Amino acid sequence: MNLAAAFASGLVFGLGLIISGMTDPGKVIGFLDVAGYWDPSLALVMAGAILIGFFAFQLAAKRERSFLRGAMHLPRRGDIDKRLVLGSLLFGVGWGLAGFCPGPALVSFASGVEAAATFVLAMLGGMVIHAAMERLIHAPRGH
Amino acid sequence: MTIDWAHFTPGASFAGGVLIGLAAAMLVLLNGRIAGISGIVGGLMRPRRGEILWRLAFLAGLFAAPPLMVLLLGHPLPAPRIEAAFGTLIAAGLLVGIGTSYGSGCTSGHGVCGISRLSPRSVVATAAFMLAGIATVFLVRHVV
Repeated sequence: MNLAAAFASGLVFGLGLIISGMTDPGKVIGFLDVAGYWDPSLALVMAGAILIGFFAFQLAAKRERSFLRGAMHLPRRGDIDKRLVLGSLLFGVGWGLAGFCPGPALVSFASGVEAAATFVLAMLGGMVIHAAMERLIHAPRGH
Repeated sequence: MTIDWAHFTPGASFAGGVLIGLAAAMLVLLNGRIAGISGIVGGLMRPRRGEILWRLAFLAGLFAAPPLMVLLLGHPLPAPRIEAAFGTLIAAGLLVGIGTSYGSGCTSGHGVCGISRLSPRSVVATAAFMLAGIATVFLVRHVV
């Protein structure tokens, strides 16, 4: 039941990305290009998603368990640290360079878009590099 | 600033956004999880018990979206406009992979779910990646 719900959520998410036009890097870069011909579409995607999300997360915050009786895994951190800002800035540079962020890149990869496959492989590589660096930094030292 | 009316799709983009919001609502209310794509994928890099199957199920759904869309439309999806060359795609992918891991989220986790939760961290993260994206596109399109 849990897995079916996760599958359905992924499916609806993917359909939303395709219908919204966000799987087209040209549209994303058109939004970020405020000094050129500006395509405001992405702002409407955010508005539609946050409109629904706001009420859903209000309800989620009040619940001890999910509707399928599982644990709620909501982030609790409220601190703003260097990692958050620096990481987000790096992400923004990559996003602006290619016009792909993780969701649309994965959906385009699934549609067989070759450039998306290249991007996704590099993105997974970046995640592996990050995980390896974390392990190196936080590795337990000998006694 | 000139609006690109030829490419502006307010109706479809808002409708797609509503679907993304519904998907995030389903995942948090049914599974108690945040629909952040980089977080869902990143969690598979350091697999732990109970943290694998739901992620794979979500990604399977995401991957099933394009074929279902083609089936519903009855014609192939329009070709995306991609300007980035091979080297740029690699650099961009690495930056997105490292940046979203380091910053704990991307457009979906911070931009949609985090802002919906009114999380100060996500508001700051979203402002940071939007500004960095705008600055990058400005440099690439209008300066270099």
